[in-house]
Amino acid sequence: MTSIEKHPFSISLRADRLAFGDTLLFEHIEFELSAGKWTCLLGPSGVGKTTLLRLMADLVPDVENVSIKCSDQLPLSGRASYMAQQDLLMPWLSVLENVLLGSTLRKEVQRTERAHELLDLVGLLSSADDLPAKLSGGMRQRAALARTLMEDRPVVLMDEPFSALDAITRVRLQNMASELLQDRTVLLVTHDPLEALRLGDRIHVLSGRPVTLNAPLTPSGSAPRDLHDPEVLKGQADLLEQLAAADQMEVA
Amino acid sequence: MKALRALIIFVGLVVVWQTIVILTEVPFYILPGPWLVVKALIARSDVLFDHSWVTLSEIILGLLLGTVLGSLSALTLGYFRPARLWLMPILVVSQAIPVFALAPILVLWLGYGMVSKVAMATLIIYFPVTAAFFDGLRRTEPGHLDLAHSMNASRWTTLRYIRIPAALPSFASGLRVATAVAPIGAIVGEWVGSSEGLGFLMLHANGRMQIDVMFAALFILAVMAVTLYYAVDAGLKRLLFWSPESQSIET
Repeated sequence: MTSIEKHPFSISLRADRLAFGDTLLFEHIEFELSAGKWTCLLGPSGVGKTTLLRLMADLVPDVENVSIKCSDQLPLSGRASYMAQQDLLMPWLSVLENVLLGSTLRKEVQRTERAHELLDLVGLLSSADDLPAKLSGGMRQRAALARTLMEDRPVVLMDEPFSALDAITRVRLQNMASELLQDRTVLLVTHDPLEALRLGDRIHVLSGRPVTLNAPLTPSGSAPRDLHDPEVLKGQADLLEQLAAADQMEVA
Repeated sequence: MKALRALIIFVGLVVVWQTIVILTEVPFYILPGPWLVVKALIARSDVLFDHSWVTLSEIILGLLLGTVLGSLSALTLGYFRPARLWLMPILVVSQAIPVFALAPILVLWLGYGMVSKVAMATLIIYFPVTAAFFDGLRRTEPGHLDLAHSMNASRWTTLRYIRIPAALPSFASGLRVATAVAPIGAIVGEWVGSSEGLGFLMLHANGRMQIDVMFAALFILAVMAVTLYYAVDAGLKRLLFWSPESQSIET
């Protein structure tokens, strides 16, 4: 479907100490993104999920005591693409131009044909020349997915990319993303246990201050998992319990 | 519909004007009626045209120069951090000096001709453009910058393809303000010292009690300012076809 990284690599993040002001966010935490797998981070809001993702994406300026290592010994920089809760489409560019944004910013040759293919894949070919303002929320996030695929990077870092969508659109987009990003190393930050269970290969719950990560949950079967799957439903109940406990810790 | 409304407003104002003249029986050398002004417009059209041309050139040149210099300053401030730290205070303090107070000095340095008026208009336009554009450059959506960073964009391409387009709506508001105030610069410059232009003509006519000519000049100036404003506004709307903020006041 898309050109897949020949040698998938895993990534490990180690934060010895990270504080913002007086708040000690991370102390001696380690976690790993397994090669070619989806890792999900769940946790109450404000716990530090997004910060972990932003550390991976090199979007936190001036950090010390945090190291990110890839198993192939190459730097992660330039090999990860980023998807946020907002679609981050540029309102002055057409959908097609938005998909091509990366190559524009890097002054590379514009692979318009490839962009068209990807827009077709996400069902937006007929909207290629429209401005984002004309698109619905789901269409916009699909355009963002096409833009992410266009970057064609082995690692994809996603920060609640589906949370602003309505339920039906969300399930569709989850399926689409799961299929299209199948063999990539994905970090998905989410507050929705069901989303994590449908898409994740490994699920971590974050809690407390400084943050602790629980031992990962590893749902069986391949993503996207069926909504009726009893294991998914049971997992959801368990995760909700864990999240409630984590939330309790937050309050205390 | 818009044109009709404008026409009604215009006719209404003329009617009010004429009514005031009739009711108060004010002498023509204090407030001439619309008809006298129209007659002056026709009778002195050659003189009025020549002077209008001078003033219009001053305004447009000032607008162009002020916009170019203002944009360059905003880009410099937005791109180079040291420039921001050193130039921003100077820029702000410079605004404490009323530009009008500089008019005599500009005439002294740059002479009676057009240059001093263009300089005056440029100075007046420069600040709103710089301030608004720079403000826009500073307020780029952080998510867009994150995305650019993750796409390995350089500082330059981020500026060129994201920060500048994102700042254009702010730039447009600055330019609209600038266009509205640009004629002030030219006219004040002409008042302080000149031998041509509508400002000069008004003073000259005033001295000779040709109040109808004064009003004719004022009328032309108003038409010029309004036309210029709407032309700039239309241009900006075209440039900002994508922006919901590009709707200007009258829509």
